[in-house]
Amino acid sequence: MCPDQTAEVTIASDLAEARRVQELVESALQNSAYCERDIFSIKLALEEALVNAIKHGNQMDPDKRVFVAYCIRPTRFEIKITDEGEGFNPEDVPDPTAIENLERPCGRGLLLMRGFMTEVAYHGKGNCVSMALEKNGESAD
Amino acid sequence: MSSQPARRRRLEVEDIGDIAVVNFVDKKILDEQNIQMIGDDLFRLVDELGRRKVLLNFANVEFMSSAALGKLITLHRKLQAVQGKLVLCNIAKDILDVFKITKLDRILTIALDEQAGLQMF
Repeated sequence: MCPDQTAEVTIASDLAEARRVQELVESALQNSAYCERDIFSIKLALEEALVNAIKHGNQMDPDKRVFVAYCIRPTRFEIKITDEGEGFNPEDVPDPTAIENLERPCGRGLLLMRGFMTEVAYHGKGNCVSMALEKNGESAD
Repeated sequence: MSSQPARRRRLEVEDIGDIAVVNFVDKKILDEQNIQMIGDDLFRLVDELGRRKVLLNFANVEFMSSAALGKLITLHRKLQAVQGKLVLCNIAKDILDVFKITKLDRILTIALDEQAGLQMF
């Protein structure tokens, strides 16, 4: 059993910085023998959450930051992402799977986060999201 | 001097009969600017080059976020508007789940592989 790995990263409101965090997390997950499917799920949820934080939360404001804290346990991955924006109520987001919304070009990020992760919860005014994934299997290595 | 970034090829287009078979050059369809350019290239096939049958082959694609889905929906609508058809094929299982979770598999035509996709026109 590998020990828990925890890390905290603060990034600028820059999508290139989001990629850097993703690479960091992906590399740590591989080192902890998470399987490809779990790594895909976490990468996708992280992409959607970071894009939401940077674009919709911080409105790409270069003076605002995004705070990321994660913990990789042997059987569970947890992450918390906080932006400096106004927050939002997730219940106000239209259901993108409703027939009248199916052809809308955006608004699916939250749905994918919920679909690929075991737990997704918003906190406070809605500018902080925590997500968790129960590990499904070991990598073949 | 233009500040536009260098334009590089993002799609490989092969004509099989009257069907445009499109392969993605990138393994990851992520970056917003990249997605914008992929969208522009896809829309050009319909708007400027007059293609009516488009088969998108995802064999090379390992990762794709929700930002790319909007372009696929717009392409689907554009082709529908001119009585054309869009078919997607060779989608990896993880990415197929993106289409299933968002229920876009109900409005987009998805084939197992390129051969099956060609038969769907």
